[in-house]
Amino acid sequence: MFPKFAWIATAAATAAFALADGAQAQQETTAPDVLVKNVTLEVVDIIQKDKDIQGGGAAARQKVIALIEAKVLPHFNFQAMTASAVGRSWDKGSPDQKARLMEEFKTLLVRTYASALSAYSNQKFDFRPLRAKPTDTDVTVNVRVIQTGTQPVTIDYDMEKKPTGWKVWDVRIGGISLVANYRTEFDNLVRESGIEGLIKALQAKNSSLDPANAANSPAGAQKK
Amino acid sequence: MKRWVTNLAIALLLSGAAGCATTGSDPRDPYEEWNRGVWAFNEGLDQDFGRPIARAYTEVFPAPVRTWVRNFFANIDDLWIGANNLMQGKPVDAINDWARFAFNSTIGLLGINDVASEMGLEKHDEDFGQTMATWRVDDGAYHVWPIFGSRTTRDSIGQLVDWYADPVFRWHPKSVVWGSVTLRFFSRRADLLDASRILEEAALDKYVFQRDAYLQRRRSLIYDGNPPRAEREVPRAEAEDPQQPSVAVPAAAEAPVAQASHRAAPEAVEAAVQLLEAPAASAASSGG
Repeated sequence: MFPKFAWIATAAATAAFALADGAQAQQETTAPDVLVKNVTLEVVDIIQKDKDIQGGGAAARQKVIALIEAKVLPHFNFQAMTASAVGRSWDKGSPDQKARLMEEFKTLLVRTYASALSAYSNQKFDFRPLRAKPTDTDVTVNVRVIQTGTQPVTIDYDMEKKPTGWKVWDVRIGGISLVANYRTEFDNLVRESGIEGLIKALQAKNSSLDPANAANSPAGAQKK
Repeated sequence: MKRWVTNLAIALLLSGAAGCATTGSDPRDPYEEWNRGVWAFNEGLDQDFGRPIARAYTEVFPAPVRTWVRNFFANIDDLWIGANNLMQGKPVDAINDWARFAFNSTIGLLGINDVASEMGLEKHDEDFGQTMATWRVDDGAYHVWPIFGSRTTRDSIGQLVDWYADPVFRWHPKSVVWGSVTLRFFSRRADLLDASRILEEAALDKYVFQRDAYLQRRRSLIYDGNPPRAEREVPRAEAEDPQQPSVAVPAAAEAPVAQASHRAAPEAVEAAVQLLEAPAASAASSGG
């Protein structure tokens, strides 16, 4: 009885994966505004329905991070984001440094993003119609978050058409560009201690935010 | 609890030291050394009073009550927002704002329900600093004021005018004024609890992160959300500080290390309020 159920579950999971794969291939031609809308609604829907995530804590955090990595990351061009945030020093980095820098920046953004998602509480989204020509390869997708008593908060996704589909290279929240906002910080760190110093600073920041660290560190255990 | 006293002392000491050290490499922030001192003082104040009281506020009052308080004060703001839109040459927006006030004050029961938004009359965000900006008044330097936080020179003057125009300050008796101002302050601070937590997590150097976010946010507000965009592929050196094309780069080696030590301090009260005025901003990043 039980093994049989397990087999059905496996088959269902495999089928779901196959479908997801198909969807992935489809997305290559999905219009950028449709893509943003689909991914947003999908992620928000999963978060609202997932009891583990609703429960909060380090486990919930891990799960949200995994969710972002699976659903959101494939649509971001991290190479472009990192290069733009690092600015003029980017070209000075070795290929190895660039790769590590990109990895650390990605980790930081994903963690921050997960933190922001955990603050979501049923605000409504207003997906604005895309104002672009069909031939455009660089567009901005506007989304607004509605909350009573305040001006709607705008989220603008700057997206570029790549062979693998539309990719986000900057996000502006309430007019604040994520990439531009890191630029001065990164610039200062590179001037103080070089690209290696910037990578170290990002590593230190990331390990302080690591949900696994927060849960398993001796300090955390002692507090409990 | 005494940390903010210590911080005030540090701020005063730093003011004496201002001009000695040279962290300030940003042309928009010529008083960076002094500003960092005041900023640290504000952070301490926020950690000791701002955040704990804001948290208590969210625990004592259920979400619907907090929404009423937010809406009540937001409704009063709409009068001055409309006036600013008129001064900026946007009469249609001004009429929108005053219509909001008319509907919300009546059908919305003294503004506690934002019925106007549901009717499609959108809330705006305007102040006298933005109005002066549309009159071609430049930003001026970046300042961090004790308690009130980030303002450019122009927006500092704008803030004084905003206070002068604020009907809440004209209520009677004075105890009602101070009670209302305090309630409004903590209502706004509470709305920003998530935003300030995210800011803390995202920033490597919180002072710089907050300053740049403030300046970007103001620029966006001045252009009503559609500022002219810098070209993406323009080299950063040119895009960021056109006044000083090549001075900063060669000095790199001797640049001081002071900035790296400013991480992980508690958040500033009004600086955060100004940074992400909309409480939903934190949740806003959930876009996908």
